[in-house]
Amino acid sequence: MPTDILMPALSPTMEEGTLAKWLVAEGDDISSGDVIAEIETDKATMEVEAVDEGKLGKILIAAGTENVPVNTPIATILEDGEDASAAPVSAKAPEVAAPAETISATQTASTATTAPAAIIAPDTSVPEGTTMISTTVREALRDAMAEEMRADDNVFLMGEEVAEYQGAYKISQGLLEEFGDRRVIDTPITEHGFAGIGTGAAFAGLKPIVEFMTWNFAMQAIDHIINSAAKTLYMSGGQMGCPIVFRGANGAAARVAAQHSQCYSAWYAHVPGLKVVAPYTAADAKGLLKAAIRDPNPVLVLENEILYGQSFDVPEMDDWTVPIGKAKVVREGDDVTIVSFSRGMTYALEAASRLADEGINAEVIDLRSLRPLDTATVIESVKKTNRLVTVEEAWPICSIGSEICQQVTAQAFDYLDAPPTKVSGADVPMPYAANLEKLALPSAEDVIAAVKQVSYKN
Amino acid sequence: MTAGAPTAVASAHATNGEAPPPTPFTKEEDLHAYREMLLIRRFEEKAGQLYGMGHIGGFCHLYIGQEAVVVGMQMAIAEGDQVITAYREHGHMLATGMDPKGVMAELTGRKGGYSRGKGGSMHMFSKTKAFYGGHGIVGAQVPLGAGLAFANKYRGDGKVSLTYFGEGAANQGQVYETFNMASLWKLPVIFIIENNRYAMGTAVERSAALSEEMYARGAAFGIPGEQVDGMDVRAVRAAGEKAAAHARSGEGPYVLEMKTYRYRGHSMSDPAKYRTREEVTQTREERDPIERVRVRLMRDHDMSEDELKGMDKTIRATVNESAEFAQNDPEPDPSELWTDVTVEA
Ligand SMILES: Cc1ncc(C[n+]2csc(CCOP(=O)(O)OP(=O)(O)O)c2C)c(N)n1
Ligand SMILES: [Mg+2]
Repeated sequence: MPTDILMPALSPTMEEGTLAKWLVAEGDDISSGDVIAEIETDKATMEVEAVDEGKLGKILIAAGTENVPVNTPIATILEDGEDASAAPVSAKAPEVAAPAETISATQTASTATTAPAAIIAPDTSVPEGTTMISTTVREALRDAMAEEMRADDNVFLMGEEVAEYQGAYKISQGLLEEFGDRRVIDTPITEHGFAGIGTGAAFAGLKPIVEFMTWNFAMQAIDHIINSAAKTLYMSGGQMGCPIVFRGANGAAARVAAQHSQCYSAWYAHVPGLKVVAPYTAADAKGLLKAAIRDPNPVLVLENEILYGQSFDVPEMDDWTVPIGKAKVVREGDDVTIVSFSRGMTYALEAASRLADEGINAEVIDLRSLRPLDTATVIESVKKTNRLVTVEEAWPICSIGSEICQQVTAQAFDYLDAPPTKVSGADVPMPYAANLEKLALPSAEDVIAAVKQVSYKN
Repeated sequence: MTAGAPTAVASAHATNGEAPPPTPFTKEEDLHAYREMLLIRRFEEKAGQLYGMGHIGGFCHLYIGQEAVVVGMQMAIAEGDQVITAYREHGHMLATGMDPKGVMAELTGRKGGYSRGKGGSMHMFSKTKAFYGGHGIVGAQVPLGAGLAFANKYRGDGKVSLTYFGEGAANQGQVYETFNMASLWKLPVIFIIENNRYAMGTAVERSAALSEEMYARGAAFGIPGEQVDGMDVRAVRAAGEKAAAHARSGEGPYVLEMKTYRYRGHSMSDPAKYRTREEVTQTREERDPIERVRVRLMRDHDMSEDELKGMDKTIRATVNESAEFAQNDPEPDPSELWTDVTVEA
């Protein structure tokens, strides 16, 4: 039996990549450790080493093929005596499908949504006829920083690996080249220290963007975020503003376990003096980050590693910004209101489209900002639908969902036909095992079940 | 003492606070130092009194005994250089030229306080006087101060950041994170360790390794350090000038360890049982920074007892006026509860 060589993942969140180059040909002898091909993602290039010994049988994916899903067989290795015509392991040749469907088997099934761009309602603030450009969240964040840095010399970026390495998640790609090392600054691995230095620079009137590799590591810096950045304006009677942006990947990544998978939404949304945004789409990521950089207050941008590589339409405009503190109704419906943010939107939108097939029309609201929280938009929707489900990846106790449920109960009690319900991450540290991790995160199925529960349709 | 770490520290060690006597002060300089230090002392005495009367609440940390440090440093720097410190900051504010009325009214939590009554004793600021607080978290001001220096370097405006912290704070991890980045990026910052021997009730020997050599704490990062008699305003100014010149010329940070002493407890509620009365009395009698200048003014500068009494009277009047104001000024309007949380974007 020939053995399949599978498309490897370069990172825990990689879903697909380009098979750039074959370094061996069909019929070549290979032994384990030989470099046989090069693959690329938007983040990096990597060499593929053979793990098995034998003769390269058939090359199944030609060099130059883009969007090859992780775990797709890319070639076969023949054992002694076999020839290339031996049947490949996979029953049928793999299809290299459109991006929206290229979700690898190792990813949780619930990420396999239809292309978000098709679902999301057009933004009313975009003038009719504006060209839309498909952009990854990663590029959108980079573009936002580059545009604001071009416009204002006071804006600079600091953080671990942001300059020479181009960003641990390649968010700051190209920025060092364009802006130089005065404005794109690699820091040592000292979150407490550089969060404080950034905050001090903001007190002095600069506009720092401080990147945390992920928000998990910002726990070492939380004293400066809260005690120094958030509170000083108040304690100084309005004198000492702090125009700073703290940004980085938040929430569960994939298979990195408890210390690297946590959603800090409720932690920071709790703090007066901060503004907190958590975009889902690339357009919101770009528009909110630009607004955050211009904002005279400390603004935290909770990004999501799994969303970095996803593409959405971004309007081609000279100066696209999204106001902080405004939620967006991304899908209209009369039967139930589903409220979410960041990657939770993936589950919310998938659930809504599946519920539509069953005749339940959900209204889906993307909060986008967590502080200030646009409860007015949620309440207006609940007054129409009379039912509420909140969706988030964070832990359930004292969560954003808890807050929404309380606000709605207090302000629209008479409109409710069922108790509001939360869908959230499980109340446990994130487990490592694939099956457990999946169980710890919400899914579209969970959202559907919750909607049925509040609709008394079980 | 401007070169790389090892030699700088070795020679700093050699000086050990006994550097050749700094250039003597002129009569004007001694008068200035005397007036500034006395204002701080009288102000703090009054604050202590108001605290005892219940007009000031919460924590209130007095600077009595340490006056020469901030006054000497202010004499060493240029207009626009920034100052940042912890919660024992009343002296720093007066020395940067902030109005005693505004400071005292903040202590009493009144509308006319520098933070409109919302900061209190530990949290005051004045952008116009380049005073950046007033921080209640031990050590937090150290990276913040380096951030001010970062902005100076970014703008190339030639300013230097004076970042003060206690010898207790000098044990915080963030201090070393900051030393590393400040040296790596050659930030124009002077780290001033106010070694007043105690962090609350803990004597420096009980908390700091190599407690005799706090000035050498930057050595591993290539930051030159010097130990200074912080009870002698002339020694402070001389060390400050050297450090400021170093920082301003682009050579990076400098550490000054000021050997000083606080006469009062850590805060108003501290009876200071962890040290002997003799220790305090002896320091007051032998090393008092104000008395040392007073002696010089009379001995070297022909000032009479009466003239000095006259100065004291003027200063007391200023302080009393600030206390009057602080007690009569109204409390902040209740609507202030909701203002200054965020700036309108
Ligand atoms: C992070 C932190 N831990 C503890 C405290 C409580 N605390 C306030 S002052 C102080 C002692 C600090 O001593 P030192 O740095 O020598 O300054 P000094 O009071 O002598 O001026 C402590 C432990 C605090 N404010 N912040
Ligand atoms: Mg001390």
